Order: sequence, then structure tokens, then C-alpha cells
Amino acid sequence: MTLRAVPRRFTPGEHPREPAIAARVGKLTPTRLSGWGRYPVVEAREVLSEDLERITHDVVLTRGLGRSYGDASLPPSSGHRVAGSILADRVLAFDPATGIVRAEAGCPLWRLNRLFLPRGFFTPVTPGTHYVTLGGMVAADVHGKSHHRDGSFGAHVTRLKLRVADGRVLECSDEEQRHLFRATLGGMGLTGHVLEVEFRLRRIPTPWIWQESERTPDLEATLDRLRASSREWPMTVCWADCLVTGPHAGRGLVIRGRWAAPDEAPATVPVFRRTVSLPPVFPSWFLQPWMVRAFNALNYAWHGPNVRRSVVHPENFFYPLDALRDWNRVYGPRGFTQYQCVLPSAGDPSRQRRFLSRLQDLRAPVFLCVIKDCGDEGKGMLSFPKPGVSYALDLPISASTQRLIDALNEFVVAEGGRVYLAKDAFTRAAHWRAMEPRLEAWNRVRRQWDPDGTLRSAQSVRLFGDAP
Amino acid sequence: MRVVLLGATRGMGRAVARTLAARGDRLFLLGRDAEELARSARDLEIVAGGGSAVEAAVCDLQRPETFAPALARAAEALDGFDAVVVTAGLFATQEQLEADTALRHDLLGVNFVATIQFCEEARRRLLAAGGGTLCVFSSVAGDRARKPVILYGAAKAGLSHYLEGLNHKFRSQGLRTVCVKPGFVRTGMTVGLKPPPFAADPDDVAPLVVAAIDRGRPEVYVPRIWRWIMLVIRNLPRSVMRRLSF
Repeated sequence: MTLRAVPRRFTPGEHPREPAIAARVGKLTPTRLSGWGRYPVVEAREVLSEDLERITHDVVLTRGLGRSYGDASLPPSSGHRVAGSILADRVLAFDPATGIVRAEAGCPLWRLNRLFLPRGFFTPVTPGTHYVTLGGMVAADVHGKSHHRDGSFGAHVTRLKLRVADGRVLECSDEEQRHLFRATLGGMGLTGHVLEVEFRLRRIPTPWIWQESERTPDLEATLDRLRASSREWPMTVCWADCLVTGPHAGRGLVIRGRWAAPDEAPATVPVFRRTVSLPPVFPSWFLQPWMVRAFNALNYAWHGPNVRRSVVHPENFFYPLDALRDWNRVYGPRGFTQYQCVLPSAGDPSRQRRFLSRLQDLRAPVFLCVIKDCGDEGKGMLSFPKPGVSYALDLPISASTQRLIDALNEFVVAEGGRVYLAKDAFTRAAHWRAMEPRLEAWNRVRRQWDPDGTLRSAQSVRLFGDAP
Repeated sequence: MRVVLLGATRGMGRAVARTLAARGDRLFLLGRDAEELARSARDLEIVAGGGSAVEAAVCDLQRPETFAPALARAAEALDGFDAVVVTAGLFATQEQLEADTALRHDLLGVNFVATIQFCEEARRRLLAAGGGTLCVFSSVAGDRARKPVILYGAAKAGLSHYLEGLNHKFRSQGLRTVCVKPGFVRTGMTVGLKPPPFAADPDDVAPLVVAAIDRGRPEVYVPRIWRWIMLVIRNLPRSVMRRLSF
């Protein structure tokens, strides 16, 4: 048998072997794209392929698992196509001597964790969910519970492979195209499509976490205990109750952890848990402040006054919310946003207390509040963390959300803080410029590599003045 | 187990290969793009823990002359093999296939003629070595003719038929065939199609396929629910099938 050679027609840049897929992608029907907050929504085409290099030819943006909360992973408007990286998930190299791993940008963090945890390696920096891609971790220059010690993810990235706006594919690092490299860490995918990521994993003594938690009666105590814990512990975070008013405002649980020593931990490798998905049945009115208040009070009371100590599963420690997939559906179709800002700790000691008062004066419906003390600013030219206290506040979308965030941004600008682009959906360009003195330097690098402003997102149109 | 995989650089084949590698099976990859094969081989080596090398050879369903040498290379590298898994194939929508003669020729040729030619080559080798498992991905589309997958489904129906026949004839000689019938699985192949209810991910499907290979089950629906869905669809009367649009 021979298959007769048949002449085929291709569009330039498409893989010549796959006319069928090329044709289908061309006619791809727009789908509803949104970030984790499910607001805003853009009807647009997302092109997916294992061959990430091919599909990043003629798109304005590459997105991963869509875990940024707002509009950072969305195209400017429905006419544009974005590339989806999630099918490009291969690990390409690993050196057990140095811990350096290289993988395609769509590789999800959970895959890396599950591959390397049993072998005694873990990422030095992880965000609060493992449903993120490496490309997304680079673009947002994510930080985690270890920020006060280890900085953000970019500090551990050794090399990147990028497709820049003119179509070239190149490698960058601290030695090669250094400015491009640093502009890409935290650059929200606007300096080039991240194709491959190389970074350093860290050796861990056991695959288990030694965790302690303690209850704190008010904001002062919460921040105090958080700071004290961070002096001795590699990983700290705090859950706080911002709905309770009066003297107990800002009470919370300070959680700290470290990798367990061999004599403390079980000899076994943790069994990776199976997750359940929250069904899409919740109406927008379902989650009400009184429910969150009750939950917060219960959570606080349940903990008890003593310090709790235990050896825990690393996925329960790092990713408590991932146990319930699609938990964002609890907010219903209205969606939610996360407002995350960092306020400097130097100078005025009353700043943190005033921030909480401001939140309560504005009657902000803070359904979840996570507080973290941040260490030094990283090398990413636009990365979020800087020395101070970071607040991550989950807020359901309502008619007053824009007003609320404007008011909070006024406060943050006046106090010398800034907001986190990976979470943002509402900040106005003027506020953003006022918060970000590094913007001009970053813009210069961006324009050098993309003079025509090809790469852009709904967020960059909103904040950086890009063409829609 | 020593397994040869055709089409494991992508989609469900990628997930099956990872499942096999994670439990320590030795793999040999066949595919049409040498660079892609090398990248997937590195990934699988790391999944396997870096112990043994995963080798690969170019084998293209559109170039039948590559079949025998590629399988010979695999046999040499693995010192014989116990199973061959075929996940390679083309997909296009009914509209595209109706409109495009060349595409229709390619798809029917690859999914039916070329796949069976490859399987014949693999079958001969497995039987010569005393038996083994031939696992081939067909589709639920081959179970009943449906309007959106008439041409694709026709090729898959032929493939399922062939595998059933092999099972009847050669099972007693030690050849175990596994005909995998996936329902809708979200892969690069189905990008742009609207996922129906019960759509699954490759990672959900892979363990079921590996279990079927281990047990030598002649036919397996993945996810399992499709067995019952197809039972219903197979028994719908013509008058109903004419009215339905799926």
C-alpha cells in the first residue's frame, strides 16, 4: 500500500502536517474567557496546542491556567486570539546535583511538585495554589509563604526561552539579554511569550511539613506574632478576620511551617489527595457576609487559645483551597475580585491599623483576608512584593466594587504601597502610575523589544494605555 | 513491561506513556517528528526517575515504508517488546472532510489503511515473539454512525472491526488486542470543539487504558460512562438517529 501524495494547502506559520487542526483553529469559535475571579469576561479565541512555539506566532498574549484573578490573562477585546500554554507541559531537563529543572511554560506546578517531592526536591517559592503554570509564575513573579526568606519566584529562575514580539525565539538570563530577563519577571507576559522556564528546585529533608498555628486577638497582635514568627520560621502566613469590628478587628490565626526533619516525619511519601469539584450551582446571592462572619468566628473559636503543632501534608499546608476545585463558583455568576496590596512597614507605625479602619469605614465585604509580611524587592522590574505587609482581600463583585477599590487605592498611593497585577481588575491607570515609580524603566525595555505594542492584554490596555 | 508507543508525544498517548513510565515500564517512542520525540523522551525519563534512557525512532503513518524499520529499531533497543500502543491518528470535523477532498483522503488513509498496515507489522512481530498486547485507540465514533462524525467514525468503525477480528483469530496464540474507545477527551485534537457532558482529561483516561492493557481487555470505553452512553445510542432506531444532531 502507498498513500498517494496529495498536495496540501497551509497558512504560513502553521505546522504543515496538520491542515485539519490549522483550519479548525482558524475558525475557532470564541469562548468566554475570564480569570479566577470570573470577572471581567471576554469572548475570545484561545488557541491550544502541544506546540506552543508554533501557536505564539500571531497572538497578542499567552495565558496558562487562568489563575490570575482579574484581566491579566485576557486579550484586549474579542477580536484577538490568545495562545493557551497548558498542553505544553513537558519537563525537559533535571539535574539532581544542582536541582535545576527546565520545563515547557505550560507545565503546571502540581505536576512538578508531584514528580519531585518524592525525590526530595521542592520549589523554593510557591503561590497559594498549585494550579498555576510555570509561565504564569514567571509572568506574575509569584511569591508565597517564604517571601521574607526566599524572595519571589524570579529569584530562583535561571533562564527563560521567549518568543519576542518580532517573532524571534531567544534565551534570556542574568547573563544574556539581562534587561529583557528582568522585565519579563513580573512583566505579566507583555515582554514576550514565555516558552520554557529553567529554575532551581531546593532539596528538602522530608516531604512533610511541621506546622504550628496560634490565635491572635487583634490586628496588632496578629502583625506582631507574624513578624516574630518570620524571624525564626522559613514559612509564615496569617489568616485574618476583617469583618469583625471593635477591639477584635483583625484577629486571626498565624500559621508557620518548615520542612519536617527526618525524625519528626512519617517515613512514607504523602499520598497525593484526590480533589472534588464545586458544582456550578451557586447563585450570586448565595454567599452572604453573615455566613462569612459565622465561619470566621467558628474558625477562630475552633482553634482554641493554645499553639497547635502537627506534621501536615505539604499540599494541605501550601494549597488548602485547592482541595475544593472550582471554589470560585461559590460566588456565583457575579464573580469576585481579590484586592492585594503591600503597605510599607517602615515609618508610620499606625499605618496598618489605619488601613483596617479604612476597610471597615468603607464597609468592605472582605470574605477572605490573608496577611503576609514581605521581604526585599526582587529583581523583576515590575514584581509586586516590597518590604512591608501584604493584604489579600477577596471581595464579591457588586455595583460599589469600583468605588471601594478607588478608595483603597487612594490610601495605598498616599502610604507608598502598591497593588498586585496578578489579582487586579479594577485599578485605574492614574493610581497605578502613582504607585509604580519603576514603570518608566520597565516601559523602556518593553518598547525596545516590542516597539509596535503587539503584545498586550485587557489589563495592559486598562493600566498601561495600550491600544485596545 | 517493554512498550512501544506510536503517537505518545501528544494528547492521550502522552498521558498513557507517563503512566507507564511512572511505574517503571521501559518505553520506546515512535512518531513523525524527531525533535518532538526527543523532548517527550526527556520528559518520560524524568517521570521514570532518570534511571533508564527512553529511545525513539521516526515512524510516520503517512509513510508506510517507515513502519518495519521503526519497529525493528524498537525491538533492538528494548531487546524485544511486550506491547504496542497506537494513539496516533488524524481528526477533522465532518464539515471540513466533506469540503476538502485531500483532507478526506489523508484522514481516511491514516486512520484506517495506514493504522491497520502498522498494526499488521506490529502483530507479526508480537506473534513471532510468542505473543503480547496490541492496544489501539479507536473511538466511540466507530460504534454508531452519527451526523457530526460520519467519515471519521467510518474509519474508526473499520479499525474497531479489524481489532475485534484479530482478537478472535489470534488470542489463542497469545496476541491480546485492546481496542480503546475514548469519548470526548480534551486534547490538542479536540481544540475548538464544544465539549459535551462527560468530557474528560487525558490524565483521567490514562490509568484506565493501562489497566485494560494489563488485563488484556479486548474493548474498553474511557471514561467508563461511555460504555452505557453508547449502549443507548447503538440501540436508538434509525428514525431517531435521523432527527438527532449529535
